Amino acid sequence: MKKILMSIVALGLAMPAFAGKAVMEGSTTVLPIAQKAAEVFMNNNPGEEISVRGGGSGVGIASIIDGTCDIADASRAIKPAELEKAAKKGRNLKAHVIAMDGISHIVHPSNTVTNLTREQIKKMYTSRASNWKEFGGPDLRIVVISRDSASGTFEAFSDMVLDRKRVRPDAIMQASNQAIASIVARTPGAIGYVGLGYLTPAVKAIGVDGIIPTKESVLRNKYPITRPLFMYTNGKPEGTVKKFIDFLKSPEGQKIVNEEGFVGLK
Amino acid sequence: MNKRKERLIKYLFTALAFSSLVFLIGIVLVLFKEALPIFGKVSLKAFLLGESWYPTSEPPEFGILPLILASLWVTLGALVICVPIGVGSALYLHELAGPRQRAILKPVIEILASVPSIVYGFFGMVILSPFLQDTFELPIGLCALTTSIILGVMATPTVASIAEDALSYVPRSFREASFAVGADRWQTLTKVIIPAAGSGISTAIILGMSRAIGETMTVLMVAGGAAVIPHSVFDPVRPMTAAIAAEMGEAPVGSDHYNALFAIALILFLITFVFNIAAEFISRRFRLKLGLSR
Amino acid sequence: MKRRDIIQKIGFSALFACMAANIFFLGGIIFFIAARGLSSINWAFLTQAPRDSMTAGGVAPAIVGTFYLTMGAIIFALPLGVACAIYLTEYSPKGWIVNLLRISINNLAGVPSVVFGLFGLTVFVKYFGFGVSILSGSLTLGILALPLIISASQEAMTAVPQSIREASLALGATQWETIRRVVLPAALPGILTGVILSVGRVAGETAPILFTAAAFYVKGYPHSPFSEVMALPYHIYALMTEGTHPVEQTRIAYASSLLLLGLVLSVSMLAIYIRARQRKTYNA
Repeated sequence: MKKILMSIVALGLAMPAFAGKAVMEGSTTVLPIAQKAAEVFMNNNPGEEISVRGGGSGVGIASIIDGTCDIADASRAIKPAELEKAAKKGRNLKAHVIAMDGISHIVHPSNTVTNLTREQIKKMYTSRASNWKEFGGPDLRIVVISRDSASGTFEAFSDMVLDRKRVRPDAIMQASNQAIASIVARTPGAIGYVGLGYLTPAVKAIGVDGIIPTKESVLRNKYPITRPLFMYTNGKPEGTVKKFIDFLKSPEGQKIVNEEGFVGLK
Repeated sequence: MNKRKERLIKYLFTALAFSSLVFLIGIVLVLFKEALPIFGKVSLKAFLLGESWYPTSEPPEFGILPLILASLWVTLGALVICVPIGVGSALYLHELAGPRQRAILKPVIEILASVPSIVYGFFGMVILSPFLQDTFELPIGLCALTTSIILGVMATPTVASIAEDALSYVPRSFREASFAVGADRWQTLTKVIIPAAGSGISTAIILGMSRAIGETMTVLMVAGGAAVIPHSVFDPVRPMTAAIAAEMGEAPVGSDHYNALFAIALILFLITFVFNIAAEFISRRFRLKLGLSR
Repeated sequence: MKRRDIIQKIGFSALFACMAANIFFLGGIIFFIAARGLSSINWAFLTQAPRDSMTAGGVAPAIVGTFYLTMGAIIFALPLGVACAIYLTEYSPKGWIVNLLRISINNLAGVPSVVFGLFGLTVFVKYFGFGVSILSGSLTLGILALPLIISASQEAMTAVPQSIREASLALGATQWETIRRVVLPAALPGILTGVILSVGRVAGETAPILFTAAAFYVKGYPHSPFSEVMALPYHIYALMTEGTHPVEQTRIAYASSLLLLGLVLSVSMLAIYIRARQRKTYNA
């Protein structure tokens, strides 16, 4: 039974391969870049097809190990356990850094605080600190907003700011960057963090250790919470995948990265 | 020849008829298989009664009490809305509405039931939660209250249509007897019909609860997502379904976290299973009591 | 007025208020979403793919995806559901079998939708290796639709008068011939109502396709059952939670919600209409 099904599947998978099709999956942080790049790529190359899914860094990496996607987007580096799994399946995952990102802390535009130290942010996220007054702000309850603890963005944040200490249990955990940005935009006491690309006039980015997150400060590695964004491929990319990765690394592709609010690699 | 064909067809239908049982068992097996590994690492007691849900910390903690309580908390809130409104509209339809009104009002309830949950979630996110945040001056509009209101509205048609069914099983003779001893319509309703349909109505309520506790997209979008034991209706919460939907995408396949999410799904499944069986049991007794075979 | 008349009046008003609340809920949702979504719906919105980082263009791939997923689910669930109903009504199995099947159908109907999603992920996506695809999503949604189709078909077949069956059997038709030529045609409108209601339900579901079928962005239309697709309900969720242009995306999410609401509600109304007509002909 399973064998028959598998051969049907193999047939099904083989068909799109002829059409020059690739499946891209993973991090929600990388998603805007992936989507826009795929859109422009397909406009430039009629006949090539790329479908884009979110899901999260973990999903993307799991899928590429399983062979169900061709490009895995990730906002963190691959973990040892995942590498081990890939090796077991005979996959040799190759990392491509496609952009840099600064994890920006955002507050409501009406908040008077303009800068926090990493120590202060850590205190907000891990202790019971409850009022902005303690941090030189208005007399307002702090609403702490974080990404879900399994996301790549959370892991980077946890490494670079929290020293892996636990987030307070009453923090509001959201599944995506945009969800955080939209809550902060309408919640006066909120603090959250998002990828650089998610900064809009509706929220206010605050400086960390005296440095405001901008493309400039991220690129010069001055901003303290920066990280690379990855795309993983299975071995050396070929065909559509290679064309796409090359496109994304080209000046035109890196322009898209910048347009979407992230930092190109020059 | 013909007889063999007939028998073959019968066997075919018999086999196909068991598909829902097969799927149900399949669901249980899958949940158990993927959930069990976690109980090798965390005891069942620590899993159910642990107060911290930190699936990715070092070391991780898998206590789902805040998630279970959050689910129950928002469901309880939903009942406050769906029970009076659902049962009330069932009574209205059954007792007060004429045939012409019923022809319009029953479809209204059915159509309300068919509104997709994503639309409710979207509505809660962009309209209800900002409204509640401004009205009550809340620190955040995504909270248990918002969730309960939406879930209550979603469960209302379920309660209404099942309760209406239950009312229709109450024999006419009950009502006639009540009028004969001089009771008015309201007294007949409260003293005779509601008690007679009581267990049928409780079935409706249980199934409404089952609907509310298993709802996913709405909760994911409007509950806020803080894995903390709720203390007020204004607290952001993280019900079980929201945790599964939000974290399944990020948990590496086969990891402890992945297994723990299946274990949450298993607990959720068992809760709804108990609700459904209880509803089944009560409604069977209800029908027997009223002397109905079906 | 006597005291008990006043109590009755208050009681009845309360019941009326409860009924009115339903209308208020339905009207409120439709009004708010239509008010902000209607202006964005036009021909281009229905026929184009999303453009410019999901801030412009339309939702055509999502409409097509939802169509495929729904059709796939019905193709899977309809034969199974009708077969199950035939067995239960026509072959009059033993009491304990009927009870067992009824309990499993009712419980399957009560399984939370996210649990279906996990089942689909484990079995169809991973074990059978269908991947995230129309096929996996359709099968998952099909299981979800199964109890609906069974109950509707069962109800429709039970309503077929016993005398017709007996007449057919008396004329020498076999049981299968009776079912095929007599019972099924008579029950068809009822089964159809069940199918239409399931279409409405399946088209609006999000949680089951979250891990089994849904893509954030595809440009063209699917070539095979193994393609992943955009779907209208998931598209609304994605617009509200992913992407870097919240203002434009919310506008499109309003329009998509209105579109989905319109589709699902008109499908339900169609089913209700067919059923009402059917009842009229029965009574006449």
